[in-house]
Amino acid sequence: MEKPEYLFKNGKRLDGRKLDEFRKMKIKVDVIDNAEGSAEVEFGKTRVVAAVYGPRELHPKHLVMSDRALLRAHYDMLSFSVEDRKRPGPGRREVEISKVLSEAFRSVVALDRFPRTGIDVFVKVVQADASTRITGLNAASVALAHAGIPMRSMVTGVTFGKIYDDKGKTYMAVDVFKPEDQWGMADVAYAKAWNTGEVVLLQMDGDVTKEEFMEGKKMADKAMEYVYKEQVKALKSVYEVE
Amino acid sequence: MSNNILRKNIIDLLKGGQRIDGRGLDDFRKISIQTGVVEKAEGSALVNIGSTQVIVGVKMDVGEPFPDTPGEGVLMTGAELTAMSNEEFERGPPGEDAIEIARVIDRTIRESKVVPVEKLGLDDGKVWMVFVDMYTMNADGNLIDAGTLGAMAALMTARMPKYEDGKVIREPGKALPVTGKAVAATFAGINGHILVDPEEREESVMDARLTIGMRDGKIVALQKGGNGSFTDEQIEGMFDRALAHEKKLLKHLK
Repeated sequence: MEKPEYLFKNGKRLDGRKLDEFRKMKIKVDVIDNAEGSAEVEFGKTRVVAAVYGPRELHPKHLVMSDRALLRAHYDMLSFSVEDRKRPGPGRREVEISKVLSEAFRSVVALDRFPRTGIDVFVKVVQADASTRITGLNAASVALAHAGIPMRSMVTGVTFGKIYDDKGKTYMAVDVFKPEDQWGMADVAYAKAWNTGEVVLLQMDGDVTKEEFMEGKKMADKAMEYVYKEQVKALKSVYEVE
Repeated sequence: MSNNILRKNIIDLLKGGQRIDGRGLDDFRKISIQTGVVEKAEGSALVNIGSTQVIVGVKMDVGEPFPDTPGEGVLMTGAELTAMSNEEFERGPPGEDAIEIARVIDRTIRESKVVPVEKLGLDDGKVWMVFVDMYTMNADGNLIDAGTLGAMAALMTARMPKYEDGKVIREPGKALPVTGKAVAATFAGINGHILVDPEEREESVMDARLTIGMRDGKIVALQKGGNGSFTDEQIEGMFDRALAHEKKLLKHLK
């Protein structure tokens, strides 16, 4: 795809959304039988499955901690989830994302309840249309709750970015999709522990002033409430009886 | 010293506005940069931030462009946390810490667009590949800011090899085009205190870390690291402090 002349025109983004509008979001809980907890989250065409195993015996043994569990997220993309085939197995990008995802959960999950064990959170991108790490984080959060692992809070994330119109004016927008990720001027992944408001994940590449960042963040904070409510609704639905 | 005791000491000091090495919360350690330290490299720099020392070199080669960016040069950044530079580091392929550090340095350099990759295409369809590699010589914390300064200094002083009849001739030719300067400032959060340029002891007990990459008063890269978190107010405060540090850091990149 060539760089489009604009990403925003007449109050609409390329997929028809307003600046503060989310893509259609779907959350399904309990999608993998064998896992302790699991969830699938869709943000538009981005679709990510997360599955939790553990607390369980931790290998290799030298990673065992006597006072708490080791939580590890393992992010990867299916080879056919993107336009050009992705080489199977985690590369440098996936290693980094797995690290920041793990870190986003470690202060929130009650790891001290499960000393000497490991908790593995597998995050597989089935289809990618940008915001995959944040979609994965939202799925992982639901999967951890579904697994019954005590947490101080749900972890909830949104992305935001900086896009341009046909006159070169720029705007902040939430929940970026592929053309905005690829051609926009900034891309921020942002997540909070909802109950406390602590920022547990923050990454950006691009070019923004402090004021632009703060404007995008404000929109993102509002969008986050929406995502959080969807997470809770999806979890409750699993336990509701007729 | 056990980490718990160290953490307690550091927090007790921070309560009185002091750091374990006597600095204020917003003080960088002494920075020095020496360029042209490796003759065989296209560009190189040795960076000291306090007792942290890293060496960064630029090598260039001719290769194929990525299919989605024909005619554009390729910029790649690597980092090795050498076992000689700290007893905590082990030999072997890069682990997640080294990969993260390399990718965060890369993000600031790349997103700031200081290297105009579109000018690194060659007439025969091939492109220049620019490899920026950092090695730690003595690791005492804040490797990201040191590596970013080193990468910038090495790129700014790099001379391109010549390319004639499909062959790379390893003689220093014209300067690598570099259109501006990018720097990074990293903060550590320890028990609610936010301090810039953490040294190793501070990093070993910190809750979370935020790196802010900047060019021309704008933010070009962000990376939160560590198992802890920051509040909204802390993040905004770090932005203001980082942008003030940008000017001071730039003085070291002449």
